[in-house]
Amino acid sequence: MLIAIVAMTVLAAVFGLLLGYSAIRFHIDGDPIADQVDALLPQSQCGQCGYPGCRPYAEAVAGGEAEINQCGPGGEATMLAIADLLGREPVELGEVAAKPKGVARIDEQTCIGCTKCLQACPVDAIVGAAKQLHGVIATECTGCELCLSVCPVDCIHMQPIPESISTWKWPYPASQPANQPRHAGAPEQVEIEHREAA
Amino acid sequence: MFTVPIKSLLSGNGTGTQTTAGGARLWRFHGGVHLPDEKALSNGEPAVDAPLPRQVMIPLQQHIGAPAQARVAVGDRVLKGQLIGEAQGYISAPVHASTSGVVSAIEPRPVPHPSGLRAPCVVIDTDGQDQWAELPAPITDFTAADAQTLRARVRASGIVGMGGASFPSNVKLNPGADQPIDTLVINGAECEPYITCDDLLMREHAADIVDGIRIMLHVLGAKRCLVGIEDNKPEAILAMRQAVAVAADRGDPGAALIRVVRIPTLYPSGGEKQLIKILTGKEVPSHGIPAQIGVVCQNVGTANAVADAVLRGRPLIERYVTVTGRAVAHPRNYRVPIGTPVADLIQASGGLQGQLEKLVIGGPMMGFRIDTEQLPLTKAANCILALTPGESPDPGDPLACIRCGRCAEVCPASLLPQQMYWHARAKDLDKVQDYNLFDCIECGCCAHVCPSHIPLVQYYRFAKTEVWAREREKRASEHARERHEAREARLERLERERKAKLRKKKEAIAPKAGAKPAGAKAGDGDAKKAAIEAARKRAAAKKAITSGAAGSAGADAAGADAAGGQG
Repeated sequence: MLIAIVAMTVLAAVFGLLLGYSAIRFHIDGDPIADQVDALLPQSQCGQCGYPGCRPYAEAVAGGEAEINQCGPGGEATMLAIADLLGREPVELGEVAAKPKGVARIDEQTCIGCTKCLQACPVDAIVGAAKQLHGVIATECTGCELCLSVCPVDCIHMQPIPESISTWKWPYPASQPANQPRHAGAPEQVEIEHREAA
Repeated sequence: MFTVPIKSLLSGNGTGTQTTAGGARLWRFHGGVHLPDEKALSNGEPAVDAPLPRQVMIPLQQHIGAPAQARVAVGDRVLKGQLIGEAQGYISAPVHASTSGVVSAIEPRPVPHPSGLRAPCVVIDTDGQDQWAELPAPITDFTAADAQTLRARVRASGIVGMGGASFPSNVKLNPGADQPIDTLVINGAECEPYITCDDLLMREHAADIVDGIRIMLHVLGAKRCLVGIEDNKPEAILAMRQAVAVAADRGDPGAALIRVVRIPTLYPSGGEKQLIKILTGKEVPSHGIPAQIGVVCQNVGTANAVADAVLRGRPLIERYVTVTGRAVAHPRNYRVPIGTPVADLIQASGGLQGQLEKLVIGGPMMGFRIDTEQLPLTKAANCILALTPGESPDPGDPLACIRCGRCAEVCPASLLPQQMYWHARAKDLDKVQDYNLFDCIECGCCAHVCPSHIPLVQYYRFAKTEVWAREREKRASEHARERHEAREARLERLERERKAKLRKKKEAIAPKAGAKPAGAKAGDGDAKKAAIEAARKRAAAKKAITSGAAGSAGADAAGADAAGGQG
């Protein structure tokens, strides 16, 4: 009896120390899940999800506070990627449908040089100084539209990015095979079938 | 894996000038299909010069890599062979005027591309004089020149791979010291049906091709060269063998290393990796390049262009183009100035006849459909194909995949087309890459044999461009994250600095405004005492008239001030 109690106490003490040491030695700052979610987000910092940027949204998703379908610029691909990462069920995109990406453009005639858009731009893609004409660095603009609402004279508008040969994508084959076998209808089902096959 | 040696196919064909005597072993690649070759339509007559068009449109990007930068302005008169677009960066190629005339526009025009989109072109109104510009001096004794000089000439001449991929040739000819090249493979297979431009080029310019090969052998330091030609082109094989024999008899350096190899006709033996397998038995690693296994592969058209550039100083401004298909009145081959509109060539061939199903640039297997004839021919364009409904029957709606597995049997890259199809259809880009999507050469064998007429290649192309787009977006979001983080850090730093400044300012104000009332009471007596003491000392100093006493008085006064400040 006594031996058993002593043995258990010693074991408990040893493992307790081990665990305590590991907790300090292998401590990780921050939330690695949030990091992974953040890596999937488009980093436009647009706030369309209702959070003040991609990182806060990633933290909310990782903490289970936010739905995974709130990222507008990311669209379906991002939602599916997050669902895949967290093992959650994909959800409908709903209202936050992805818009075609654009780039902000400042109308030179109307800009008063108030620097408000400079302060709003999350990626420093607008250059200018007080009472000087501002300009957008098109290659750095993520199309978040945060500068649109802060402009007091409404001189910023979004310009769609024209399709070029280097960014052109082959379309998804239009005509789908008819008379599908019973289990190969929707893509999700195809997916399941392949998981089984694998 | 599939190294079934087939009996030597190098029996003499009556020329008596074999350089391939001794028998060579050939290998087989996996799969492949036999197609009706349709080459007799267009290979009956020698190639002719295409009539000079009224206008040539020269795209600034006719190669893989960065587009060239225009070096002429609207209104400039340009001469044939003059540089009009300068290469930007290492993987890039310059473009040259293909005839003399006046630049009438530099603007986006439709270019031959499956998207049908526009790209920047230099438009030249030709003057009909076809006047040459001053060309760089020929390097006739190329064996005396070093590889660097020759590569520079190849680059300056705008030479790109003419088999279709149009990768800048000088880059391919510079595999690096860590990748010694053992074998140069010359691609004369021309495996796609209908196309005969390489066939005619080999018949008519065999000597030039051999010169080009010798130059490339010299540049690469390779030990041998294998020229692979399909056995449905006996005239081309004969011409090439004769040219090699003549060069060897003359004792030209490098000629003895060249062997012309007759290979069995099987689509797609003209694929780079497939041809290397047939001729050397080596397999190019997945995601790798031939240089990793000591092989460089070049098209016969490229060899011809290299000879032109080095021995004659001429840039790449002309190529052989086949105009064929049963919807063309007079199919044949042309020597075409780059930038000639498709419409002009069809016109030269007697125009279209009968019912046109579709117009294709390239071959029936790997080419793409075009919707307008107002497209320029580029360095990579080998064929204009006008197909009748009979030649290109509509397969109808695709049926369900029945998992017959024939696609996997014919795949020359040993892939599993069926699996890739399912995953591409489900838009599962990770899975489809697990099945080595990027080893697919888009040859179309799988779709050709599919009993359900599923447009398999379209799915793979879709998946490939989606993957590229996803990678681009990934890079863009990484970049945005960096910029955002840099901005956050900067704002934080500025805030810190502002606060620090504020604190400093407060501290600076404190001794003046705060010390007097605070120190006034505490240090009042001290200050007075010190003042009295100082006065006494001054009086004593006056009496004694010694500078040392005055100095100590000053020090005491300073000490009193400091004490007040601290209080």
